[in-house]
Amino acid sequence: MSGTYLGMPAFPRAARDAVRDTTLRGNLRHATHTIRDKRARAVAELADWQELRAAGKAIKDRTLRHLDHYLVRLEEAVTAAGGTVHWAADAAEANAIVTYLVKATGESEVVKVKSMATQEIGLNEALEAEGIRAYETDLAELIVQLGEDRPSHILVPAIHRNRAEIRDIFDQEMGRWGRPAPEGLSDSPAELAEAARLHLREKFLRAKVGISGANFMVAETGTLVVVESEGNGRMCLTLPETLISVVGIEKVVPTWQDLEVFLQLLPRSSTAERMNPYTSTWTGTTDSDGPQNFHLVLLDNGRTDTLADEVGRQALRCIRCSACLNVCPVYERAGGHAYGSVYPGPIGAILSPQLRGTASEIDASLPYASSLCGACYEVCPVAIDIPEVLVHLRERVVQGGEVTRNGVKVTLRPAKGHAAERAAMRAARWALDHPGALRAGQRLASRTRRLHPKRLPGPGRAWTDTRTLPEVPEESFRDWWQRTRGGDR
Amino acid sequence: MRVALFVTCVNDTLYPRTGRATVRLLERLGVRVDFPAAQSCCGQPQFNTGYRHETEPLVRRFDRAFAEYDYVVTPSGSCAAMVRDNYPRIGAKAAAEGRGPELAEAAARAVPKTYELTEFLVDVLGVTDVGAYFPYTVTYHPTCHGLRVLGLRDRPRRLLEHVKGLELRELPGAEECCGFGGTFAVKNAAVSAAMGADKARGIESTGAEAVCTVDNSCLMHIGGTLARRGAAVRPVHLAEILAATEEEPYA
Repeated sequence: MSGTYLGMPAFPRAARDAVRDTTLRGNLRHATHTIRDKRARAVAELADWQELRAAGKAIKDRTLRHLDHYLVRLEEAVTAAGGTVHWAADAAEANAIVTYLVKATGESEVVKVKSMATQEIGLNEALEAEGIRAYETDLAELIVQLGEDRPSHILVPAIHRNRAEIRDIFDQEMGRWGRPAPEGLSDSPAELAEAARLHLREKFLRAKVGISGANFMVAETGTLVVVESEGNGRMCLTLPETLISVVGIEKVVPTWQDLEVFLQLLPRSSTAERMNPYTSTWTGTTDSDGPQNFHLVLLDNGRTDTLADEVGRQALRCIRCSACLNVCPVYERAGGHAYGSVYPGPIGAILSPQLRGTASEIDASLPYASSLCGACYEVCPVAIDIPEVLVHLRERVVQGGEVTRNGVKVTLRPAKGHAAERAAMRAARWALDHPGALRAGQRLASRTRRLHPKRLPGPGRAWTDTRTLPEVPEESFRDWWQRTRGGDR
Repeated sequence: MRVALFVTCVNDTLYPRTGRATVRLLERLGVRVDFPAAQSCCGQPQFNTGYRHETEPLVRRFDRAFAEYDYVVTPSGSCAAMVRDNYPRIGAKAAAEGRGPELAEAAARAVPKTYELTEFLVDVLGVTDVGAYFPYTVTYHPTCHGLRVLGLRDRPRRLLEHVKGLELRELPGAEECCGFGGTFAVKNAAVSAAMGADKARGIESTGAEAVCTVDNSCLMHIGGTLARRGAAVRPVHLAEILAATEEEPYA
């Protein structure tokens, strides 16, 4: 994924710094609680939500099982409609294709529709290195780009910023990228939105090349679909002469009838709207209307490897609604940046270590960035059992095992730094599988109860820093039972 | 009806009061309850930390220890959830790894007879008024595994509402995780502590004298946080509230 995330510290360290940032925690708490409450109301309006959810899951699972078939069908339909399909195995290949296509137009500026796939491959940075400037046109992405910041939420990338911070970013940075912010800009949402509108309008009217992702691709007709709330996407999709769409291969759905399910699931889960304000669909090219050149870059970048894992593959059902982020108590405290990826929160914790592998410190720590409370699974509109995948990936980290990387089955060794834990788990299992030893340990702990320290050393320190330890009782339950009931019955 | 108590390793070692209360409560309701000494731990700490293979002997042990019983009752939502949700997974994975059907069969025997205490009271015994007396203000924190994996829904509340003298106080943000999460509390100490502090603040805001759950492991984290904050709220397991009567009050 994006090079800007290279060398991220492990999740616990990044999260510890975020927890101390009271402004950040305040911003996140306010935003996530507002969205989660609205979502709960929007979902409660539908009597058949659980059936819709099951349908969404079933369609995605069926499509993933026959992904090769639907992708070939999609390519045929896109080509027949006048588009060109490119296949990219990884980020470098996708970036090279897009750079080549932009250069072929002779342009050095592009306008962008908010897209997770292009964030994932670090497209803006790759284009910049080739002298091409990419302008983000989604309001929140614009805030992140102007602030030389990183996105911290899938749907609301600038969720970690409050109005006052956004005003300062607009005031100081807009001029460097184009039309400056109006004099005396306040932090009222209407004024901020108007400043962004004026700044962006210039870019829409000038750009000859647009770059987008897609929320869905319909295999039967070769149609791409973007749902959005601001209308900037429609500008980018219709005004330029050339449109390049970079889309993950898992975004395909077989038919328009399947699409109907997701157009109900997505808006209620993400923005708590009954229907999203703008649904744009495009199929190849149309004479004298819209972009005259259309390129679709189909991105793998670890998806086929993820598909090979029977438990982990359910992460590919994700429709990027971010409902799981908005209910996650860990995300709420740690913030999106701590996840070291464009995919933060619970879904990021299972997606990133699969797309990127678990070799880096941050990726090996992500499966542990959860208390397994299950709130994410409960809200997921395509029923991804995120806790199940988290535990599955934890096993991969501590025990190693067989995984698919670049299409080849390889055997992973256990990650470093778990040796002491592994030994402790083995010892615990041995004691627990020998109740006599367990009882002896309990008795020893009871006899020495007056000597137990109030503050623990080592890993236990993390416990006693903020919590008082329970006192060891004089007698275990086991001993009480034996004393009063005369042993086993 | 042969009923066994699965007391859990945490209750056995640190909270024997909860086990004693469970026995007292069930016997008062006319259930003869046994404690098979061959039992130990459900394997949750190992499984949830990624050591699935270390849990396998504990699945076999659970199956053997409770083989002759019709019901296994446990005063722990997360341990009941471990058996019901994860034992079948452990069995299926062992079979998929070519190690035979033995663990899957053990799981299939364990799952249908394992009940969290409030499920057993409400669903099997069919009681919501257990004749308890607890003259204090209480707030209830529904623990995540009880709430979302077992789907206990309003069972604990219905039991609490029938306790004589008890005044139930609504807990703000009740369904949010307290931040315990087993080894999560140590591995992600800062986030866990922040979640615990928010939960403790919510509990304190109710003005209740006691906070209760169906899980002592969550209560250990919540109670430890409250104590460190100097809060006077007492952590109490639901079983201990239900076991208390006017003749034998909670002490």
